[in-house]
Amino acid sequence: MENGFSSPRSDVFPVGLRVLVVDDDPTWLKILEKMLKKCSYEVTTCCLAREALSLLRERKDGYDIVISDVNMPDMDGFKLLEHVGLEMDLPVIMMSVDGETSRVMKGVQHGACDYLLKPIRMKELRNIWQHVLRKKIQEGRDIEGHDVFEGLQILRNGSDRYDDSQFLRVEELFSVRKRKDVDKYEEKEFGETCSTKKARVVWSVDLHQKFVEAVNQIGFDKVGPKKILDLMNVPWLTRENVASHLQKYRLYLSRLQKENDPKACFVVGMKQTDSSLKDGDGNFSVCSSLGVPQTDVTNSSFSFLGDNFLHNVDSIGCEADRKRVVQEQTSEPKRAAATELIKTRCTHMKFNNSFASVESEGKLVACYPWVEAPQMKLKQESKPHQVQINQLPSVSSISSGRSATEKDKGSSIESKDCSQQMVHLNPPKPPTDSFSGKAKSFNEINDHFEPISTATAPLGVKNQNVIDLSSISTDLGSGFPFSSFDEDLQGYLIQDGCYPKNLEQIIEFPDYGDPGIFTEGPTHLYDAMRFGYEYSYDPTEYPVIDEGLFIA
Amino acid sequence: MERSQLLRQINSMRQSLFDQGLLDEQFVQLEELQDDANPNFVEEVVTLCYCDSSRLILNLEQALKKSPLDFNQLDSYMQQFKGSISSIGARKVKDQCTLFREYCTAGSGEGCFRTFQRLKKEHTALRKKFEAYFQLKRQAGPSQVASRPK
Repeated sequence: MENGFSSPRSDVFPVGLRVLVVDDDPTWLKILEKMLKKCSYEVTTCCLAREALSLLRERKDGYDIVISDVNMPDMDGFKLLEHVGLEMDLPVIMMSVDGETSRVMKGVQHGACDYLLKPIRMKELRNIWQHVLRKKIQEGRDIEGHDVFEGLQILRNGSDRYDDSQFLRVEELFSVRKRKDVDKYEEKEFGETCSTKKARVVWSVDLHQKFVEAVNQIGFDKVGPKKILDLMNVPWLTRENVASHLQKYRLYLSRLQKENDPKACFVVGMKQTDSSLKDGDGNFSVCSSLGVPQTDVTNSSFSFLGDNFLHNVDSIGCEADRKRVVQEQTSEPKRAAATELIKTRCTHMKFNNSFASVESEGKLVACYPWVEAPQMKLKQESKPHQVQINQLPSVSSISSGRSATEKDKGSSIESKDCSQQMVHLNPPKPPTDSFSGKAKSFNEINDHFEPISTATAPLGVKNQNVIDLSSISTDLGSGFPFSSFDEDLQGYLIQDGCYPKNLEQIIEFPDYGDPGIFTEGPTHLYDAMRFGYEYSYDPTEYPVIDEGLFIA
Repeated sequence: MERSQLLRQINSMRQSLFDQGLLDEQFVQLEELQDDANPNFVEEVVTLCYCDSSRLILNLEQALKKSPLDFNQLDSYMQQFKGSISSIGARKVKDQCTLFREYCTAGSGEGCFRTFQRLKKEHTALRKKFEAYFQLKRQAGPSQVASRPK
């Protein structure tokens, strides 16, 4: 066995990648060692899982990646995988001679970043550095500052254009703060928006359920990320994931307490028959100040409630997406929350024409595609982030009972598929006039939405619910709720898939990858979504994004 | 020349291992890994493999003597064995392993026994061929470089 303890090499990445190979088969160990050496990696071999763990623990920064066989005599390879993921957060590649799908799936579920079949080829090993890089990038996003990004840019731009010193810098950058930074991060004030993203965790309904159960078991006042993590017993979950989720959850709860006034409720109801939603009636709603009862929301429809403005949208497709979203929420809980609530950066809200048919109830059903935001990387420069509401009639009925300018709006609303779905909440005015300078979180969008029905005023929407989110997002000063989203939007856009086409209203939520956005995060939103809670939103705040609304 | 004759013999021996389906692509991978730093890499790996796989064969034999047969155990041993011999690209032996595991799944003791006998035969036959092959190679000297199959 070689001594694998070394600091990151200053060579050009990925040369010198420090690999720990774990396999009880001596022949394979020898072969892999040779193969990896040929890739110019630094190899440490070991034939026992426990030994591997102790090597890793002895020197946490001593390795960049672990490759392990699934069948080990002293410990199940999957267990090792869990340990490494939890304790060291290193990328782990599984190997096996057995390529059965169920096994591979198990590997992936336990957090393996790849699953190789034996016999393993050289070319497969050559590429393992990608996993390391990917992880670094994810971690790097946690760190505020541009250095990492710059460094990564350097890498991306091609190594041949830079000399070794640049890479050296990248390597230094890579030795970023680990979990302690996450701790610091947790302590950030809600108001802060972080431009970096954490590694994504999909806070599925089940996962969140476990989380909540753990919290309840511990006792909310005594709760802490470590305790929760232990109770949850989810192998691949890291403490930081739990910590950030907890933060959001706390925000959510505090928000719930705050929002007692029905008027302050911004109701966004999403009815989901999706079983993944814990909500009994599959309905989660954000109470608008209008206090529209959720009952208005029909099943499988997202209701955007405001002033009795509930537009039921046939969200069958949405459901499916929602389900997908829920399951695909790899981002922090914030994301989940955000998606539930338009609060998150709502970059696109699509109201289909079918909306019109629903408008009879005056319900605006917003499908929160947080589940799936088609390529929700909203780059400020690239997308206007328009929230386009089709069927504004319903919108107009929201909030102050605006007249059914929806119809008018309707014309201005287009239903587009997928990424182009936009809900024009307001005329493309800069948010300045619509929002008081309180843009904090996406939550404000809720207020914002409320206005859709009525208040477009704050949004600057008169009879046109067209909101130019891009302008909003750029205008932090104006307190436009979206202003802070700019980066968040990018982060939060749900990247997966298109909005259900039959979703009449699709609200694209920014990718929740960025924990910063969700710090204020509507964990409660998340719960609400799940449990059909109503998220109360103080309409008076509404240009302001409610910090608590973000579900990170 | 004696040496060139030797080299030709080595090459044809090597080729026949492939032609007869005894070896597969993995063996080529091993050959490609051999370099100046490890001039006898292939032989070392094969030796190591046979050492390990023989041990596993003993385990299997023990397990096959049990009554009733523990198919899970047998399957588990066989998976290890298969992993081991797959490292050198022993194709025929590997096929027997796959067959054996199928019999385990089916719960057929008879099938397991039969397959195991065939497997041992193949395993031994290949070992003999390797021994002859490596002996010739050593005779030819360290400069011998195997030609790659097209």
